[in-house]
Amino acid sequence: MTLHIVVTAKQVLDPETPLSAFNVADNAVSTAGNIPPVVNGYDEQAVEAALRIKEAHGDAKVTVLSCGTDFALDVIKKPLAMGADELVLLQDAAFENSIDPTMAVAALTAAIRKLGDVDLVISGRQASDWDNAQVPLGVAESLGWAVATIGRKVDVQDGTVRVERVLPDGHETVEAPLPAVVTVSNELGTPRYPNMRGIMAARRVQPTVWTVADLDLDGTASPAFELVSLKKPERAVQTEMITGDDDADAGRKLALRLREERVL
Amino acid sequence: MADALIIGEITDGAPASATLEGIAAARRMGAGQVAVLLPGADAASAASAAIAGGADIVYTIVDGPAADGEFDALVDAAQAAVTLSGARYVIGAKTLTGRDVMPRLAFRLGTALASDCSVVSLDDSGRLIATRPVYGGNAEASVACLGSVAVASLRPKSVDALEPDTSRIGEVSPLAFEANVRTRVLERVEEAGEGVRLENARVVVSGGRGLGGPEPFDSLRELANMLGGAVGASRAACDAGWVPSGYQVGLTGKTVTPDLYIAVGISGASQHMAGCSNSRTLVAINKDAGANIFKEARFGVAGDWQKVLPAFMEQLHELMG
Repeated sequence: MTLHIVVTAKQVLDPETPLSAFNVADNAVSTAGNIPPVVNGYDEQAVEAALRIKEAHGDAKVTVLSCGTDFALDVIKKPLAMGADELVLLQDAAFENSIDPTMAVAALTAAIRKLGDVDLVISGRQASDWDNAQVPLGVAESLGWAVATIGRKVDVQDGTVRVERVLPDGHETVEAPLPAVVTVSNELGTPRYPNMRGIMAARRVQPTVWTVADLDLDGTASPAFELVSLKKPERAVQTEMITGDDDADAGRKLALRLREERVL
Repeated sequence: MADALIIGEITDGAPASATLEGIAAARRMGAGQVAVLLPGADAASAASAAIAGGADIVYTIVDGPAADGEFDALVDAAQAAVTLSGARYVIGAKTLTGRDVMPRLAFRLGTALASDCSVVSLDDSGRLIATRPVYGGNAEASVACLGSVAVASLRPKSVDALEPDTSRIGEVSPLAFEANVRTRVLERVEEAGEGVRLENARVVVSGGRGLGGPEPFDSLRELANMLGGAVGASRAACDAGWVPSGYQVGLTGKTVTPDLYIAVGISGASQHMAGCSNSRTLVAINKDAGANIFKEARFGVAGDWQKVLPAFMEQLHELMG
């Protein structure tokens, strides 16, 4: 039987945007100029994990799910170019990117139910915008599925998923029955680059688009939060630059200065 | 019955520091009666320390999968404790366990988690207001929790625990609940580093992309040894395989609050600063005078670390006799 893996992928502002091009105003974050959005980095690792399972398993299908209001198609198609099979966009004004994960959880849950035959959901450990790290856990709870987080290795066999989890000082292997939700971390390794054939193939794929009307969102919880304020954090540090005749001299002066300040 | 419930943890037979911080946060925001859930074999003895730390009620679990730290069982236990306590505010910590348990608990309670908070408070109408870094620390958001139960997790070391008061009296009762474990731990491998633990070190010497390879970390180790400290790294250095992932300081790595943090060849992306910005004194050595780290450091040297560091260490050696 075909193993059906869903990967959740979020389109986010490029987190590598220099701080100076990063604007916070009117309770919203934006980037200056024409810096294109990207697929959330950890979600690319989720695509990579799914493709590795597909290669090991043979008979598997990888569907990418993304939830949002607007998509840059050439960006959100990257997982297809990497080798995923299908792309479903959950696109609706109601799916506004919010610090409150409630709606994203509801939409992804409803879409996974609608797909019907999903065995495994793989997500990035968190998205680089709100850093909530909770949508995949919410989806698992809503579906009533087992969950394992922060994996660096994911294998599927005999109706179970085995995940090697990253710990602060080591790692552990956990096993869960399918269907399950797994999140992956950067320790999984660098995601593959799309090759030319993948890019050409991705161009021809028309994503499926589902709006609120296509999803059963009955029973969606009411909003959990109201955003009170969003601002750039204040930096109160007065930096003292230590200089010298040359770099070595500056190094010596740094030690003397730290002693003077009783830091050392 | 209690107004606030802290989802606690035990380390080395005592309430974890993050748990005592959670109790303190609840007391300081004026939540009223504070209950604590303590799962672990030593829960009965740890309970008195939790009461001294500000708790009024302690729910203990001394055996079974929750006491063993199985996440599925801990979520079940936490949910039972919320029901039993009737708490309106549920506070956990963004620890290894809290990262999994707290979001799941929030969704079971029909809400979502205000995660990784540095500050929690109550507004005039009793809503929990949580402040937390977002966009990798490039922005800071404050949210008001809506609904009948507010669930928040605190970033460890962002608030101080209360002074223990051993004269405080509290109630201790075992928690009864049904555990349903599906995700099971098969094997755990500890890769304990040598020397001082990064999280507890009073001095941390961290290296980043600017070091260019694994070998320079030997110099950092030498400096850390001189100062009785530990070595950390940016995510870039860990991803490059120069040091194990356990060295990572940052948003998705460890949070450190040493007296002295020395960043060598680290640009200072917000992602990294999230893990070290509460250090008492931050020192940066970086070739690029425009690097962000110099906006956050107390002392900076814009220069080649290969020249700065040996001279710095030599002078240090002299100063320290």
